[in-house]
Amino acid sequence: MKFSEQWLREWVNPAISSDELVAQITLAGLEVDDIEAAGGEFSGVIVGEIVSAEQHPDADKLRVCQVSDGTTETQVVCGAPNARVGIKVAFATVGAVLPGNFKIKKAKLRQQESFGMLCSGAELEISEENDGIMELAVDAPVGTDIRDYLNLNDQIIDVDLTPNRGDCLSIAGLAREVGVLNSVDVQGPELKELAPQIEDVFPVKVSAPEHCPRFLGRVLNNINLNTASPLWLQEKLRRCGVRSIDPVVDVTNYILLEMGQPMHAYDLNKLNGSVIVRMASQGENLILLDGQKIELDQETLVIADNEGVLGLAGIMGGADTGVGSGTTNVFLEAAFFNPISIAGKARNYGLHTDASHRFERGVDYDLQRKAMDRATLLLQSIVGGEAGPIVEQVSADHLPTESQVSLRKARLEALLAYKIDDAQVLDILTRLGLTLVASDDASWTFNAPSWRFDMAIEADLIEEVARVYGYNNLPSTNPVASMEIPANAEVQRPLSILRRHMVSRGYQEAITYSMVEPGLLAKFDDQNKPVELVNPISADMAVMRTTLWPGLVKALQHNQNRQQSRIRLFETGQRFIPSDQGLQQQDVFAGLIYGSRNPESWHGKAENVDYFDIKGDLETLLAIGSQEFSFVATKHLALHPGQSAAIQLDGAVVGFVGAMHPGLAKDLGLQGPVFMFEVDLAAISLGVLPAYQTLSKFPEMRRDLAIVLDQKTSVAEVTSVIEASAGKWLNAVRLFDVYQGQGIENGQKSLALGLTWQHPERTLTDDEVNQWVEQVVTHLAENAGASLRG
Amino acid sequence: MQHLKQLVTDGLDAVAQAADESALDQVRVQYLGKKGELTAQLKSLGKLSAEERPAAGAKINEAKQQVQDAINIKRTMMVANALSKQLALESIDVTLPGRGQATGGLHPVTMTMERIQNFFAQIGFSVAQGPEIEDDYHNFEALNIPAHHPARAMHDTFYFGDGTLLRTHTSGVQVRTMEKQQPPIRIICPGRVYRCDSDQTHSPMFHQIEGLLVDDNISFADLKGILHNFLNVFFERDLQVRFRPSYFPFTEPSIEVDIGYQGEDGEQKWLEVLGCGMVHPKVFEHSGIDPEAYTGFAFGMGVERLAMLRYGVKDLRMFFENDLRFLAQFS
Repeated sequence: MKFSEQWLREWVNPAISSDELVAQITLAGLEVDDIEAAGGEFSGVIVGEIVSAEQHPDADKLRVCQVSDGTTETQVVCGAPNARVGIKVAFATVGAVLPGNFKIKKAKLRQQESFGMLCSGAELEISEENDGIMELAVDAPVGTDIRDYLNLNDQIIDVDLTPNRGDCLSIAGLAREVGVLNSVDVQGPELKELAPQIEDVFPVKVSAPEHCPRFLGRVLNNINLNTASPLWLQEKLRRCGVRSIDPVVDVTNYILLEMGQPMHAYDLNKLNGSVIVRMASQGENLILLDGQKIELDQETLVIADNEGVLGLAGIMGGADTGVGSGTTNVFLEAAFFNPISIAGKARNYGLHTDASHRFERGVDYDLQRKAMDRATLLLQSIVGGEAGPIVEQVSADHLPTESQVSLRKARLEALLAYKIDDAQVLDILTRLGLTLVASDDASWTFNAPSWRFDMAIEADLIEEVARVYGYNNLPSTNPVASMEIPANAEVQRPLSILRRHMVSRGYQEAITYSMVEPGLLAKFDDQNKPVELVNPISADMAVMRTTLWPGLVKALQHNQNRQQSRIRLFETGQRFIPSDQGLQQQDVFAGLIYGSRNPESWHGKAENVDYFDIKGDLETLLAIGSQEFSFVATKHLALHPGQSAAIQLDGAVVGFVGAMHPGLAKDLGLQGPVFMFEVDLAAISLGVLPAYQTLSKFPEMRRDLAIVLDQKTSVAEVTSVIEASAGKWLNAVRLFDVYQGQGIENGQKSLALGLTWQHPERTLTDDEVNQWVEQVVTHLAENAGASLRG
Repeated sequence: MQHLKQLVTDGLDAVAQAADESALDQVRVQYLGKKGELTAQLKSLGKLSAEERPAAGAKINEAKQQVQDAINIKRTMMVANALSKQLALESIDVTLPGRGQATGGLHPVTMTMERIQNFFAQIGFSVAQGPEIEDDYHNFEALNIPAHHPARAMHDTFYFGDGTLLRTHTSGVQVRTMEKQQPPIRIICPGRVYRCDSDQTHSPMFHQIEGLLVDDNISFADLKGILHNFLNVFFERDLQVRFRPSYFPFTEPSIEVDIGYQGEDGEQKWLEVLGCGMVHPKVFEHSGIDPEAYTGFAFGMGVERLAMLRYGVKDLRMFFENDLRFLAQFS
């Protein structure tokens, strides 16, 4: 909320500077966002009166004016179309300095001398008005410095209020707060009751009292709208960021700003039968004051008459019944709407108004009658007219109840770790408007004020006391806690270790958005239907990823487009898989590589990465957890059909690794080949607790086998045949050569394997080992179609 | 005996002449071998009387030793020369880059998160995690933000239309933890959060770290102390810190914490770095913790914001472009 410091100081004027005031309210939770001067920086501008205005002899658009400062007359040449005899103007005399350090000097315009300048609002940075020169009120005292006349030595303070402090959305509320902070009294304008001058009333019916517990209406007849709001009123509105429209609208806005009570004025002659506060019927239409046409739903509270909807209750009036230049009779509304009935409604219609902002946060439910009288009196002082009696519909059952809150002294002290003097606590809370209703040695009980919707429990009062006392004036300590060592599973490998492992393998960590483009995602996953956002920020972030690959691939693309020739990325994060058991939010670890195997270097020639590079990286990652993973050839939508493997753990698939399908890479405009993996984090972060086994003192025996078999038979199959047939004391099977080519029949391949055996308690004999080798060879022939290479 | 002298002279000459180790070995065989010329001299001792024998023997042995020593010295020199020749041949440009992979690096957000986690782990906080697709209850209701609460407008929330949403903060993890565990509770909850907002200072996805400490007798002073301490450690400076009243529905009192710095004009300026407060009694009630028996505080901070301040990054969006030229600056 923007407000004028001067206006505030009319209510409460502590002996502190503007800077101190700003710091003080900021540290009380009313955060000041911005401060600006009420007008531009200028001097030497006074109230002048145009006493004669002659057409310039040589220029159609210029006038030669004589401007009086009360004692002497000065000639000024002016180009403004509204420069005419009799008006009071802002007169920059010779020697004046206007905003932007623009100095006014004696000048000649087309042979006519000019001693000064008549200014527009924009030239003085007081308003946006630039159509002509400023016209001051007829009673403006000629000769007075404009700064004094307009009270321009003022600041506009913009305060960002939190949603709980609706009570501060007015000068009255801000003044109350400043009064509390400085322990000084607050004095607003005297509130007078208005005795009705006429009998006229317009009937009001509230059929939704739970939403509108109080509604006040009043008729004001025979007003004269052919007058502008007085300067002081326009200026106050301007400094609070509100444009002057006409006196009726200005006064309702003024009351909103001064007291915090949003009001509305209807053209009484356009109302039919009675005013009815009710819920809208589904599909009813309304044209708002701003011209926007909306269709209402039945959840919306409206103000209607016998013919139809007049306006959105507490949000915005309608165009048809608004006050305009022809209005002579008005119907004024001051209501209390239940915050919950208004909350979110404006947003539903894409609206946000000063009224809805206040009603959502809570308007003082005891304020309506005071506001109505003050508004009427103020309005009458400008536009005249006769006021009827107030018609009030109130439902006591639905008004907020005054909350009674207790504050225990011990609790206050314990929570703040500090004892604030009782008298000070009482002073703070009573100045905030709480009424002490009971007290004893241990506690106080208060009634909360009708303007505070955030005072219902003890914690609310503790906050107020701490806030006003000053958070920075309260002590600061280090918490003390019992030193218990939490449980810590050794087999659980921390994510930080896995990440650092990939970093040491040359991978750069990426963080990509969890929301991805559905079309892109579908190219990587046709198994899962991703969950969709109802309100995505853009079409390319419309669904939740079911794999990290699309995000990584976009990062790859970004870097390929920036001439990176070697890219290795990994990411850890959640993927979101819908399933029969509900949505699975799974942590996964994914990576991709592209480009040269090693950074460009002086040794060896640059070679591009292949499947075995990423597999090697992945195997070392899997080894951190030391569980038994296996790789099984598989098919995957996004992967090369001949270069893709499912990663299995205990027979369950926990991930995939492979070359990106060349078709997909081409489709995405990627340079390839690209290799990628994704694996369940849970599977790779679970390790095995090491268990010591005695080292054998006896020698290891080794036999090398060279076998020839069908090239489609996998090494994994061969190894498992060997492991099943090589006897109990087989130590390891090492593959040390794979060969295809000359000497080997087409479609066949040769494998060279080193088998080692070792017995824990004795030396194995050649006979034993030879026998196992024979077994192995037999089984390889039977189960893998392998023969010894001749 | 003249002959012996001559033999020694010849032997030493031969040693000096030997060009390589095999030539040297031939010299050794020629003079000192079983059939060597000096060895043969010993055989002549038999012709001498018993009295003359020891003296003559000693002379011959002395002569042998003389040649042997020369051979040894020569051999050592030869080995040394050969080695230095080999070393000269093997010398390389040690400034050439080493072979193999260049290392990668962690994302600056991860670096910042891990760093903060470690600070709190040192004083007994453990890491707690929660779902990113969260239900309305844990993201809002249980945190004292009922439907239509104006505070919901501060959270531009992504919805899925079935009552679930993308969590707007990590505060829901507080609730999930308190539902399962009675105090003392000391947790730190890092993770991704989402808001429907995007510009230079807002990203639809960013990271938060939430902290929660619940115990008996936890005070407002404790909250102030731990956060000032944290900020000093994080920025490795003795910072000016101020605590400003704010509003979060799930804490009361609620605080925003600002750090002070000198503006370019020399003026004292303040920058908001985190939000915190004492856990609201209603949040305790929702989570099954007795607000009379326990008090606690919670704090939350934006990881990217802290990383930006710490490393001088100007545009939030850089964190999610994954440009290697950017990421490499943090490795």
